[in-house]
Formats: sequence, structure tokens, C-alpha cells
Amino acid sequence: MLERRQFVARLLADRGHLLVVSGLGSPTYDVAACGDHPLNFYLWGGMGGAAMVGLGLALAQTDRAVAVITGDGEMLMGLGSLATIGVKQPKNLSIIVLDNAHYGETGMQPSHTKAGIDLVAVAKACRFANAALVTDLKHGENMRALLHSGRGPTFIQAAVKTDDLPRVLPLRDGHQIKHRFMQALGTQT
Amino acid sequence: MARRPQKSTSTRAASAQRSAWPDDIHAQFTRVGIRQVGYVPDAGHSRLIALCRNDPAIADVVLTTEEEGVGLVAGAALGGQRAALLMQSSGVGNCVNMVSLLRICGFPCLILVTMRGEFAEFNPWQVPMGSITEPALNLCGFLTYRVDDPDDVEDVVAAGCDMAFGGNLSVAILLSQRLIGRKHWSD
Repeated sequence: MLERRQFVARLLADRGHLLVVSGLGSPTYDVAACGDHPLNFYLWGGMGGAAMVGLGLALAQTDRAVAVITGDGEMLMGLGSLATIGVKQPKNLSIIVLDNAHYGETGMQPSHTKAGIDLVAVAKACRFANAALVTDLKHGENMRALLHSGRGPTFIQAAVKTDDLPRVLPLRDGHQIKHRFMQALGTQT
Repeated sequence: MARRPQKSTSTRAASAQRSAWPDDIHAQFTRVGIRQVGYVPDAGHSRLIALCRNDPAIADVVLTTEEEGVGLVAGAALGGQRAALLMQSSGVGNCVNMVSLLRICGFPCLILVTMRGEFAEFNPWQVPMGSITEPALNLCGFLTYRVDDPDDVEDVVAAGCDMAFGGNLSVAILLSQRLIGRKHWSD
């Protein structure tokens, strides 16, 4: 089992021009805990939409690697988006699910993955070029390299511990998060 | 409902002209530089979907449910591209919570909605959502413009594009069931 913030920190090391979308709840806090960055688009709502925000961004910025870092509950709510991504085959898009098998924000109720629902198998069935379950930090560097490889779409299910970590709260103003991101990317009109 | 007189004297030419409204919408997509179009397959939008799929300037994204399109629009805007969504009125109901992304961040959004559950609707199961589509969109913060006459499509879509992308607003164009025509269940 992985320490979630250790794994995210490993993925985001030497991130270069990587564009990051974080799913609401703990993944947003985990991404913020690794260091605030203007090219982080933190979601605080729109549950189930993180992967699709990533797809729209990846299609618009085909020369940039895009990483969506989200939770198992958020991914389960947008499971159909894996099929949509599979149709488009964006080579620059990676979806990373920090899977603690529970809904951490709402009182640790078990999620579908706790009952053995297999997200990697779903991603494979949806024609992701790479789909892997990661349980050990020793694979972190390979996964990090995969995000930047341009050989996606990539799906990483990271089995993480259920630790309740202190919240690290980034910007909450949606306009501010958007403007800062677009200014850094050069897409502000 | 009052209609403008037909411009053409030939019934066949008039009919062809009246069915060309999807081409008018596509021309507006070209004018304002729409680069991504998300859609759930829909009979009323079938010609426009085909035009977008055949347009090399547009990435067409077939969705499993309409709310995916809201995320797509947000991501496209972050990446500097304009996007539009095509859906049936029933799909509007699938989007309600996800639309909060548009409002809280001020992303532009243009949705073309083909209406069901109104004029000459054969299937009463379409009526509950069709009858609340426009107020639901308004509650979600969308400006809504309804089109009944094919001759008005170009103007209204052009205005909607300019408002959405000029002001980071959410705009929905409702293409009425009378405009689209009866669904022929015997075909």
C-alpha cells in the first residue's frame, strides 16, 4: 500500500510543463500538499468530471502532458468518461486514481473498489494504452516517466492507505484558479 | 405560430432551404473557431454531428452522457480552445450539478439543445423533462434563446456564440421540436 502524498509527490517530481487537474476532496489536498503550482487546476466540485476536464485540456494542448489525479469515488461517478477517452485515444492524457477504497470526505464509507470492482480492468476494456495497478513506491519513477512519455492514454490505479491526513487547502476561488492556470499556460485571452 | 413567407417559390427548394439549418450552425462554429464539439447521438442533430465529424478543424467527442460534455468544455477553455455541446432536451437534466463548474469558474459554454416533449411529441415520456428544460437551464445560470423558424437559426446562433465566447457566459439555444420536425416512428 502507498502513502498517498508520497506517491503524488513522486509523480509530480520534476514536473516540467505537466498540466494537472485534481479531483475534489483528498486528491485536491494531496496535489496542493506537494506544492502549489499555477498549472494545477484544483476541482472543489463537479464530482465525476475530472477525467473529462483532462480530456478537453489534452485535446486542446496536444503538445503538453496532462495528468488527472483523482479519487476512486470521483472516478466511479464518471466511469463512462473512460469509454469516451478510449474513443479519442489522447496520447498526452493520464488518469491517476488514488484508491483508498473509501469515501474519505463523507465518513469513510466503503466504495465499489472495496468490493473488488476492478478499475484497471475497466480502463483496459476502454482501450487505454497503459493501465496499471500500483501498490509499491518502487514503481513510482516508472509511472512518473509514463506521464511524460506521450504514449497514453494511461490509467494508473494507486492503492493507497486509508490514513486521514491533515487537509492542505489550496485556492478555492474558481475564477482565480482558472485565470492563474490560463495565464501560466498562455491561453488567457 | 406565424411564419415568415418562404423565400423560394419552389416547394422543393423551400424544403431544402428549411432543412439546411444545421449547415447554418456549422458555419457559425467555423466563424467563431469552435475546435471541440461534444455530443450524445441525437436524431435532430444528426446532420450537424456529421458536419462536425467531417470537419478537420473540429475534434468531435462522442459522450456516454451529456454531463461529460460540461467537463470537456471546461478543459477545452483552460487549454485555449472553444467548445460547443449538442444534446437533446432530456440531456439537459443530466448536466445540472456539473454545470456548477461553468458558473464558479466563469467558463464560456454554448449548448445547442434539440427539444423533445413538445410540438407533435409521440412519446409522452419525453414530456416531463422537455417541459422543464428551459427553466432548468435558467436556474443553472444559462441564457436561453428559442428558435422556431429555420430562417432564424443563423442569427440566433451567431448571437449566442458572441455572447458565450465574448463574455464567458453560458448560453443555450433551444431548437424547437416544430423546427426539427415530427419524429417518424414508422420509418
